[in-house]
Amino acid sequence: MTEEKFIGNIRKVTAHLTQNEGLSFEKSSPGKKAYRLAPLDVPEVDPAALLGEAHRSRNAALPELSEIEIIRHFTRLSTWNYAIDLGIYPLGSCTMKYNPRVNEFVSRLEGIAEAHPYQPESLSQGSLEIIRLLQDCLIEITGMDAITLQPAAGAHGEFTGILLARAYHESKGNPRKTVIIPDSAHGTNPATAATCGYQVVNLKSNAKGGVDVTALAQMVKEDTAAMMLTNPSTIGVFENEIHRIADVLHEKGALLYMDGANMNALVGKTRPGDFGVDVMHLNLHKTFSTPHGGGGPGSGPVACKKILEPFLPTPVLARGEDGLLHWNYDRPQSVGRVRMLHGNFGMFVRALAYTLANGADGLRQTTEDAVLNANYIRKQLEDLYELPYDTPSMHEVVFSDKRQARNGVKTGDIAKRLIDYGFHPYTTSFPLIVPGALMIEPTESESREELDLFVDAMRQIAREAEENPELIKTAPHSTRISRLDETTAARKPVLRWQGPAENGVEVDTAAKEW
Amino acid sequence: MRYLPKSDAERAAMLREIGASSIDELFAIIPEEYRLARDLKVPAQMGESEIVDYFKAAAARNANGYASFLGAGAYRHYRPVIIDSLVQRGEFLTSYTPYQAEITQGTLQAIFEFQTMICELTGMDIANASMYDGSTGAAEAVMMAVRVTGRDNVLVARTVHPEYREVMHTYAQHQGHDAKEVAYGQDGRVDLAALEQAVTDETACVLVQSPNFFGAIEDIPAIGEIAHKKGALLIVSVAEAVSLGIVRPPVEADIVSMEAQSFGVALSYGGPYCGVLAAKEKYLRQMPGRLVGETKDTEGRRGFVLTLSTREQHIRREKATSNICTNQALVALMATIFMTVYGKQGIRELAVQNLAKAKYAADTLGAHGKVLFAGTPRFHEFVLQTDEDPEQLNARLLEKKIIGGLDLGKWYPELGNATLWCATELTTKEQIDAAAGVMAQAHELVTK
Repeated sequence: MTEEKFIGNIRKVTAHLTQNEGLSFEKSSPGKKAYRLAPLDVPEVDPAALLGEAHRSRNAALPELSEIEIIRHFTRLSTWNYAIDLGIYPLGSCTMKYNPRVNEFVSRLEGIAEAHPYQPESLSQGSLEIIRLLQDCLIEITGMDAITLQPAAGAHGEFTGILLARAYHESKGNPRKTVIIPDSAHGTNPATAATCGYQVVNLKSNAKGGVDVTALAQMVKEDTAAMMLTNPSTIGVFENEIHRIADVLHEKGALLYMDGANMNALVGKTRPGDFGVDVMHLNLHKTFSTPHGGGGPGSGPVACKKILEPFLPTPVLARGEDGLLHWNYDRPQSVGRVRMLHGNFGMFVRALAYTLANGADGLRQTTEDAVLNANYIRKQLEDLYELPYDTPSMHEVVFSDKRQARNGVKTGDIAKRLIDYGFHPYTTSFPLIVPGALMIEPTESESREELDLFVDAMRQIAREAEENPELIKTAPHSTRISRLDETTAARKPVLRWQGPAENGVEVDTAAKEW
Repeated sequence: MRYLPKSDAERAAMLREIGASSIDELFAIIPEEYRLARDLKVPAQMGESEIVDYFKAAAARNANGYASFLGAGAYRHYRPVIIDSLVQRGEFLTSYTPYQAEITQGTLQAIFEFQTMICELTGMDIANASMYDGSTGAAEAVMMAVRVTGRDNVLVARTVHPEYREVMHTYAQHQGHDAKEVAYGQDGRVDLAALEQAVTDETACVLVQSPNFFGAIEDIPAIGEIAHKKGALLIVSVAEAVSLGIVRPPVEADIVSMEAQSFGVALSYGGPYCGVLAAKEKYLRQMPGRLVGETKDTEGRRGFVLTLSTREQHIRREKATSNICTNQALVALMATIFMTVYGKQGIRELAVQNLAKAKYAADTLGAHGKVLFAGTPRFHEFVLQTDEDPEQLNARLLEKKIIGGLDLGKWYPELGNATLWCATELTTKEQIDAAAGVMAQAHELVTK
C-alpha cells in the first residue's frame, strides 16, 4: 500500500506486517503434546473390555502440538481480527461498545466460575443474589414488572417473548393467528414469529421511516396476537407515536412486543414500560457491555408486564420464608423452559458489574453520549452522504449510497474501503427499507478524536468516489487477503479441513472402523 | 464515568457543532410525558474495588472447598490455563460476527478448525459454528429433521436429559409436532422393542442421548437401524463431549447435537455453554446457524467466509431455517483451544481417566447401595439406589463438605431413592473414599 493509493492523508493507520499461519492440523506432528494429566490414583481400566462394542478404536484426528505452538497459533490468528479494543467498530444495530475488563475478572472468581448449576440452593445464594439484583435493575431500567434471564440471546428472547404473548392469548381462549412486523425490522423478528406458529403480516413504513399508525389501525384485527416493534427503529429514530401504537393494539386485545436491540438509546431517559410496551427483550451483549466474542455468547432477558408474568419460563426466582432465594418450579401456566439450567449466568455477572460501575448517573450519561456521538457523525457527513430520512437520530444514523452509486460505488464498496483507513465498516444494506444503506452506530465509547478520524476517512472516501471510484470498488488494498470469492464458497462448500491422505483414496466413511 | 472518553467541555463543543443547545434537545422527540425526570433506582456508581468486593462476597456465599459428584449435563473438567489467556485477547473478545471477512480471518479460521474437529470427533461430515447450548441445539436438530423429512411426529427417549426434553417440548408445541417419549428398559437404555413399535412412516426423527442421562451408552447402531427402516432420521445428543475420546462416535446418526461445555468451559452456574450441530452432508441446506467455508481471494490466497447464509434469518426472514443470529464463537474458541491442547492422544487419555475414576467410584459407592443398570457400558456417570432418602444422604454428605449425587426423584420417581453420580479426572480417590465413608455410616443408621 502506498501513499498514492489515498486521496489526502491517512491519519489512523500505518500498514504493518502480519504473520502467516496455517491451520493447526497442518502444523501438527505425531507425538507432540501440550498436556500432562495427573497420575491416576485409582486402578487402571481396560476401556475396550469396559465398553465392548461402544469402544472407540480409532482416535479423532485432532492436531498434535506443543503449548508454545498453540499460544503462537491463536495469537497470530487473533492479530488478523479487528476489535473494539483497536478502535471504533460502528456496526449499526450491534452496539459495539467497550467491554470493561473488571467484568471479565469478576466472572472468573472461583466461587462464581466453578458454581455447578445443580449444587444445592443453600450453597448457591451468591449466584442467586447476583441474579436477583440484576433482575431488579433491569426491571427498573425497562419500567416493566417481571423478568426472566433464561433466554440465551436476543433472538432467543424474541422467541420467549412471543411465546408469552401466545400463552396469554391462549389463556383467553384463542392464541390468535398473526404478528405484525414493520418492513424495517431485524430478520430475527419474522423468523421468530414463524417459529412460534404465527403468520407474519408486513407493515410498510411511512415516509419518515416510522410506523404508519393509520395503516396499522386498519391492519390490527381480532386475530392479531402482537406487533413486534424496534424502538428506536432500525433507522435510529424514536417512534414518537409509540403510545398511540400501543393504544391501537390494546384496543383489539393485541400486545406490543418491543425488540430491545436499541435500548442503549433509552436507558435512563425513558422506559418502555411507561410508554405502553407489554413485553420486550434486552441484549446484554449490546446495552450492558458483555463481550460479543466473535459472535457470542449473548444473553437475552425478557421483561414483561404483570399480565404476562404467570407465563414466564420455569423456574422463576423467589425469596422464601427462610429469607433465602429459591427457584420456583411450580408454575402451572408457564410456557415451559426455553433453555436448560438458568441461562447464560456468566453474562449476568458481567452485565451487573457494568450496571454497578455506572449507577443511575453513569447509565444516563452513557445514553446521552451514544446519542451525541451519532448526531455528531451525522452532522459531519450529511453534506456528502444522502440522508434518506431527516427525522432526528438517536444512537445511530442511516445514510444511503445514492450519491456515490452514481459513480458505481455501493455501500459495500465504501465499507471495504473504510478497512484501508483502519476502521471496521458500519452495517451495510440494512435496514432493507433504505436501498444501499450505511448504518452507523458509534456508541458512547468513542472519543471525539476517534470520531474525527472516522469522519475524515468517510469524507476522503466520498472524494475518492468522485475522483477514483475504481480504488473503492477494488478495496480493501491493505489487508492480508483481498475480497473473497463468496460465490464459490456457497456453490462448492468446503466446511472442514481434509488431510492429504484423506484427499486420496482413504476417504473417511461411516463404514470405516472407528 | 470512567468508561466514557469525553470531558464536559468536549461534550459542550460537540453539541455546539451539531447546533443543539443542550443534550436534552437530542431527546426532544420522546413525548414529554414519557421522559424520565428522575434517576433510575439502581445502586449508586461503584469504584472498581467496590465491584470486586461485591462479587467476592457473592462468590463466598456459594459452595467453596466442596468435593462435588454432580454432572447431569454440566461437567467439571480441568481447564488448561492458556484457554483463558488466549480468549481474553481483545482481538477475540471484543470482535463480532465475522461479516467483514478481510478483517476477521482470525475468528473465521478458528471456527473452521472448530468445525473440522467436531466432524472428526462425531464422525459427521459437516458441523456448524455453534448453537446456544446442548438443549436448544437438540430442539433445533428436531426442527431440522422435521424440515428434511416433511413429517412431524417426533420420538424422544426418556433417557434424554429431562431439561433438554422440556426445551424441545417448548420449541415443538407451536409447530404442530407430535412429540412422544420412548421408555427405557432394564438396562437403563432405550427399550428397543418399544422403539420399534413406536416408529412409524410418520416419524420424522428419533432423538436419543449417548451417553444418556443415566451415563449409559446407547446402542446407536441398533437404534439407527430401527429409525432408518421407516425413513426416520436419527438424532444423537452428546451432552458430555469428553466421552467422544473413548466412546465410538455415533456414525449412524443423521444429526449429532453436542454440548461442548466439557471442553474448557467454566460451569458458571449453567452458562454460557456451547451447543453445536453436526450432520451428514446431504442435510447441509437445512442446517441452522452460521457456517464457515474455505474459499480464495482475488489473488488466489486461501481465506474463510461465512457461507450459505441464504438459510438464515437476515436473508430469508420468516422462511429461515431458524431465528438464530448469534453463535457461541468465544465459547467455541475455548473448546477449540481445549481440543488443540489435548489433541489426538490426549483426548483419549483424558477420557480413559474419566472411565477409571467412574469405575472406581461406582465400585466403591456401590458397596453401600445398588448401582442400577450395572451391566450396561457407561462413561463417567452412574445411578446409585440407596436405602437412605437422597435428601438425607446429601445433607449428611454436605456436613463433610461433599456435594453428593443429583436426586433423581423429581424426574424418575420410579427409580426410588436414586441419585446420579459423576466422577471426572478431577475427582480424587480420597474424595470417593470419603463419600463412601459417609454412606457406610448411613448403612449403620438404617440397619439400627
